[in-house]
Amino acid sequence: MVVVLLLPKDNKDGIRWTAALFTWLQIILAVIIYMKFDRSMAGVNTESGFQFMEKATWIDIKSVAWFGRIHIDYFMGIDGLSVLMVILTALISFVAVFASWGIQKSLKGYFALLLLLDTGMMGVFTSLDFFLFYIFWEIMLLPMYFLIGIWGGPRREYAAIKFFLYTLFGSVLILLALLALYFSVSVADPTTGEKVHTFNMLAMMNPANYDAGSILDGVGTYWRYIAFVGLFIGFAIKVPIFPFHTWLPDAHVEAPTAISVILAGVLLKMGAYGLMRISFPMFPDAAVYFQIPMAILGLINIVYGALVAMAQEDFKKLIAYSSISHMGIVVLGMAALNTQGMTGAIMQMFNHGTITAMLFLIVGVIYDRAHTRGLNDFGGLMNQMPKYSGVMTIAFFAAIGLPGLSGFISEAFAFLGGFQSEKIRTITIIATVGIVLTAAYMLWTLQRVFLGTIPEKWKTLPDINARELFTLVPLAIIVIFLGIYPAPMINLMTSAVNALVNVLNNGGGTTMLGH
Amino acid sequence: MENSVPQYILDSLKAFQPETALTITFCVALVVDLLIRRNRTITAWVVLIGLMISMALVSRQSQGEASSIFSGMYAVDGFSIFFKYIILATSALIVIFSLHSNELNDNKRKMGEYYSLLVALTLGMVLMTGASNLLMMYLALELTSISSYILAGYTKEAEDSSEASLKYVIYGALASGIMLYGISILYGLTGYVDIYGINQALSTGNVNSIALIIAGILIIVGFGYKISAVPFHFWTPDVYEGAPITITAFLSVASKAAGFAMMIRFFKVTFLDPSVGTLALGSWASFPGFEWNQILAIISVLTMTLGNLAAIWQNNLKRLLAYSSIAHAGYMLLGVVVLSNEGVAAVLIYFVIYLFMNLGAFYIVMIVANKTGSEDIDSYKGLGYRSPLIGIALTIFLLSLTGIPPTAGFVGKLYLFAALINAKWFWLAIVGVLNSVVSLYYYVRILRNMFLRQPERSQGQLKFSSYQIALVLFLLIPTILLGLYFTPLVEFAQASVGMFGTR
Repeated sequence: MVVVLLLPKDNKDGIRWTAALFTWLQIILAVIIYMKFDRSMAGVNTESGFQFMEKATWIDIKSVAWFGRIHIDYFMGIDGLSVLMVILTALISFVAVFASWGIQKSLKGYFALLLLLDTGMMGVFTSLDFFLFYIFWEIMLLPMYFLIGIWGGPRREYAAIKFFLYTLFGSVLILLALLALYFSVSVADPTTGEKVHTFNMLAMMNPANYDAGSILDGVGTYWRYIAFVGLFIGFAIKVPIFPFHTWLPDAHVEAPTAISVILAGVLLKMGAYGLMRISFPMFPDAAVYFQIPMAILGLINIVYGALVAMAQEDFKKLIAYSSISHMGIVVLGMAALNTQGMTGAIMQMFNHGTITAMLFLIVGVIYDRAHTRGLNDFGGLMNQMPKYSGVMTIAFFAAIGLPGLSGFISEAFAFLGGFQSEKIRTITIIATVGIVLTAAYMLWTLQRVFLGTIPEKWKTLPDINARELFTLVPLAIIVIFLGIYPAPMINLMTSAVNALVNVLNNGGGTTMLGH
Repeated sequence: MENSVPQYILDSLKAFQPETALTITFCVALVVDLLIRRNRTITAWVVLIGLMISMALVSRQSQGEASSIFSGMYAVDGFSIFFKYIILATSALIVIFSLHSNELNDNKRKMGEYYSLLVALTLGMVLMTGASNLLMMYLALELTSISSYILAGYTKEAEDSSEASLKYVIYGALASGIMLYGISILYGLTGYVDIYGINQALSTGNVNSIALIIAGILIIVGFGYKISAVPFHFWTPDVYEGAPITITAFLSVASKAAGFAMMIRFFKVTFLDPSVGTLALGSWASFPGFEWNQILAIISVLTMTLGNLAAIWQNNLKRLLAYSSIAHAGYMLLGVVVLSNEGVAAVLIYFVIYLFMNLGAFYIVMIVANKTGSEDIDSYKGLGYRSPLIGIALTIFLLSLTGIPPTAGFVGKLYLFAALINAKWFWLAIVGVLNSVVSLYYYVRILRNMFLRQPERSQGQLKFSSYQIALVLFLLIPTILLGLYFTPLVEFAQASVGMFGTR
């Protein structure tokens, strides 16, 4: 398992290279995981279905007469839902290290925080103990606060505190749901046979483990819906789903490039991942119950995000809102609650991670040179920076969802899923309007920046350099490759997605019978 | 059975050794101060040794059975022992803090009295933890209060210190007067001052419930004053700001601990309804007719919310921490509301953690004030660059106070909220977690000044002595460690909730 915890002490170049080395090791590990990953194993709610598992007792407090034993495991593993996210995290972290090469201010602190953030992200995607998950989830808040707050743009203080408060608000709701689940679920200790409450996520997914009469016992009860909504809000803030999205544009605009990349590339995925890993399998009844509201929120995200993006003058803000729009597709795909939708959602998470990372890097490149992000300040860069324009065109077309690039496949799957689900078919049809809007603002942006005549002051802008290309090209290759041949990615998750959909169908099915 | 009275007292004295040790320390400290004039720190060392001896004696008691001594005046049980540890440890740390506080040692002030009074204050608090008789409770409370009035005004040249002391006296006198009135009503109703006796009298059911409610509320006023719960908190910010910072730190931890110990014992023992037997093990019921835990729930919500909201506007760090400690009292009250051992255990756990994180924060405020001469939040601008170690340490203490994992503060809050959820007090849990989100805002204001802003002018590095850094680390390491591995603490706390005479 990839847990990078190191605090570099040497100086400047040493620090940079150490960070690069460790993220590189992480990539190698991710590749090994990819190679060895058994595509037939499902995971989701069966312990045997997980791979690369690590399990060790962390906290074990013996019981007293009036309070049961507390048992918390250091329990990690990967299945089809998380493997792509692990690979994505490794990739984006590596790219982010190189994108931060230009940072001058307190380098040591910067990379230490970056690696701590990396640890948190990996931890979230791999932990299978809810308590551990929560710890990792929270560990990321502080580094992010400082990374935005110290190294960010002019309004960084505001953006950083807004991010911190919003996400903490979400987290405490998750905490309450976590505690409610804890007191509702208990499993028998294999050696002594005593019933022990557990934080084990897999145990929480099994309806048989819920204690009779506990808060979250039963199917489709009032409390289960409330807990689901609590978790949903907690995760929705991270995604971010409308109306909890307002921290995102601020954070993105103020954050330094590398942090924007991580934020869009990985952090947003954690919310969606949380829904898939925790909310859906633990509350399948509630997921079915709230299918339509979730789809509507996805729709709002797609259309609203795209419309607001269209109105932006600031390059980074535009991409921030386009992120909101694209994450809406993830939500819509998940709300379909069927194999196609889920597959589309996970693929979209990965693809959006790579594409948006590219977009933010691209903005970073131009900002480093021109020190402005105003879209209307530019024009005619096509001739001035040809290589740059080439990469950017790939990224933009991928974001639009042009066939042949990865964005198309995932969007197609997500919409297909939505279309197949009878309940949300109409919503899906309306949502496709979002695609047209996306094309509109993306092309318009392209036109404003690259076409036309170049203003006098930008005549001297140098083209993209080798380091920047080094960060962008691998992402571009992935985007093109997966656009043409998505099978490797789909194979990774098919069995897990099927298992998850099964859980939903069974859990949701009983709800319908119950009513 | 012929049981001669002197023998009985002798037996009681055996279980009273820690308190006796404190009393002797107090006397010795006074004499030493009179005899040895030249060495200004000798009293401090005498006091420190006395506290250590007392703590050793407490640890000897912890093996024994729970017992009641002096004819039911005073209980020695796991619960009071736990709080004695907290109070004695805080006291020892405060003595060490005081040794190099510029504020106290600046002018040639006599420090002997300061340290002796500190022992008297400690003794009062220790007595509060075990008092099981209303008169004993009242006397212990007064011993604590009177010592702390003087200590709060100890830097008497400073105007705000004298003001603080005076305010403290007036509020304190009023609150204890009201409490005494409540006690007398309770005595009139039941004919007992012993809380076990009161419990028996109440269980017969022949008590006018309106009078009982009035008495209960009047007594709550006394406790509320001691733990600075809203609406009895008005003295807290002024006293905390005006008093020497060592005393502020002491009051915010030990005095609260003693207040909580006494309050939990009073409510649990007095209003325990022994006839209700169908409850889950570890919970208890109180007599119908006086829903004191509902009142406490409301007080707790008010305390948290007001403490946190007021803290947002503070620019003086001592005052900010004062309001934050009010808010923390609110969180801890949550554990009392649920009427279960689990809740009490959560309070115990919280106090240990609170000791480290709150004293740590106060200590850093003190040593920074020693260097910069200011407690204003603006003087923390760029502290993270001027002294990275202290900056990071304060960051961790503040995050712990907020309750963000993986610090110890999270574990404390986790247990409190877990107790609430398990007892199905959902609305209270929601108010509690939302409050910790609010609290983040003002703690982060300090972080922002430390790291996000540059120091004014060209202020150089701040250097702290290795002794000070060692002390910071001594408080910092448990704050992190208990967040990652809390098994021993929780086991100890769960083993300590037992009170004499309750199940």
